[in-house]
Amino acid sequence: MLRTVVYNLVQLLFILGFAPLYSGVLSRFKENVQSRRGPSILQPYRDLWKLFHKDEVISSQTTWIFRFTPYLVFVVPLFVASLIPVLTDYPLAFAFMGDMLAAGFFLGLGGFFAALAAVDTGNPYGPMGASRTRMVGFLAEPVFMIVFFTVSFVAQSTIPYIVQQQWVASPAAFFSPAHILLLIAFFMLILAEGGKIPVDNPTGHFELAMIDESKGLEYSGRGAALMKWGGQMKFLVLTCVFLNVLLAPWGLAKDLFVNHLLLAIPLTLLKILLFTVILVVIETSLAKLRLFRISEFLGAAFIISVAAMIASIFSTPGV
Amino acid sequence: MSGTHTQLIDGLNALTAGLVLLSAFGMVTTRQVQGVIRFLVVQSLFVAASAFLIGFDRRSTDLVELGVIMIASKVITIPWVLRRMLPGEVYERREINQAVNIPSSLLLALLLAIAAEFLVGPLVATTSDPVIHVNLPIGMAGLLIGGYTLIARREAIPQLIGLLAMENGAFFAGISIAPDLPLIAELAIAIDVILIAVVVGLLTRNITETIGTSEAAAMSELREEPHSWR
Repeated sequence: MLRTVVYNLVQLLFILGFAPLYSGVLSRFKENVQSRRGPSILQPYRDLWKLFHKDEVISSQTTWIFRFTPYLVFVVPLFVASLIPVLTDYPLAFAFMGDMLAAGFFLGLGGFFAALAAVDTGNPYGPMGASRTRMVGFLAEPVFMIVFFTVSFVAQSTIPYIVQQQWVASPAAFFSPAHILLLIAFFMLILAEGGKIPVDNPTGHFELAMIDESKGLEYSGRGAALMKWGGQMKFLVLTCVFLNVLLAPWGLAKDLFVNHLLLAIPLTLLKILLFTVILVVIETSLAKLRLFRISEFLGAAFIISVAAMIASIFSTPGV
Repeated sequence: MSGTHTQLIDGLNALTAGLVLLSAFGMVTTRQVQGVIRFLVVQSLFVAASAFLIGFDRRSTDLVELGVIMIASKVITIPWVLRRMLPGEVYERREINQAVNIPSSLLLALLLAIAAEFLVGPLVATTSDPVIHVNLPIGMAGLLIGGYTLIARREAIPQLIGLLAMENGAFFAGISIAPDLPLIAELAIAIDVILIAVVVGLLTRNITETIGTSEAAAMSELREEPHSWR
């Protein structure tokens, strides 16, 4: 029992420690593919270090929401990370605290407060970006829901660990048409939620075109560091859900031995590295969509997820 | 041994089914003529892959030959024919003028997919063969979505692609329920389909050259001066 608690904390440390590395590798890869040299993969760590050692400036016009939000944005992905299988194959101590819906709601809570804080500053670009993130958010919400419902149809549960067991146990479910449709829908969702290229340009510094970035415009010092780190962790958590629960539930620790857990760390990192390659291909080969095309992009994701649900209800083999 | 073997093949076949449905949705969403043709090629590849898998599973050389015909006609010949015949301007044009806009089209396509599941539900319930459970509803959905593309698009080439997608759907459903389809029938269809592509391609090229558009809706009335076409 104590061991599962410790392992759960190891998962949290994994998310905490490798989130900046993930974003560093992603941006480095992207620059290399576009035949530029790019920053070091450790640059996000240096950025965080620098920001933590700078003074923080908070406008006297803002309310408690502005001060509270960075902590919330930072904590929410960690909370979600304790619910999902990051390194292990079996449920850990906190696994039954909440299911995938709870995870979705918690991430939504972080997004909600980030949008409120952006409005709170009174900066003209903040509310604009906030309303755009809300637009993406409410278009993404139904896709989230349908994906979870489909998963619960197939696995009879919405606890991430049990869903993952279901994919490992039955190749019939793994190869079903529902599964591939679900993967595509969830992948489009990750791109939208993570502010990646067809929806948002993560490297753009032009305020009028910002979606995800504009939430943190007014933060400085520690607040900015927490917002940044929180965003990176959120993306890593979503990636872990996609890879470990839905796409490739292999290479995780099978039992309580410490060496299996230690082996799972490089294997998971390897999976994430391969996923990074796919992301880089998408980021370099596609252009950012116009704002009102985003609804089409997420609409397509919604249609695909509903098709997955239909396929899982009707054409499951042997029913 | 053969049990797990069959299970793997059924699994892979189900995977192709998912991708066939996905490319059918892709055809509905894409605006560019080139993109629509690309999705048709992808879909035909997966349909052929399914034919190979089922043919291998049931030891039926007919199905493998059908897959080869499929690749030869739809993956190689038709895109090549269209590429050769169409002026680049038609080929690369974006923003195909549609009767129904894309989000509504997607919703309709989804409804058609659901309708397909309900339509073949009673048929599928009579068997426990997993291949039929997967192929029949998705082939039917492909057929209906192709038919919808045929109606909703206004340009000649995407309409042709809708027709070909219907054929793909019918083929995909057919290989699961009629594995011993006479080869000669499928060969006739394949040649027929290529001929249709040639005829539509030629016609579109001539029409585009004379009146400067390949929109089918603009051709419904006769006018004296070609310049007044929308």
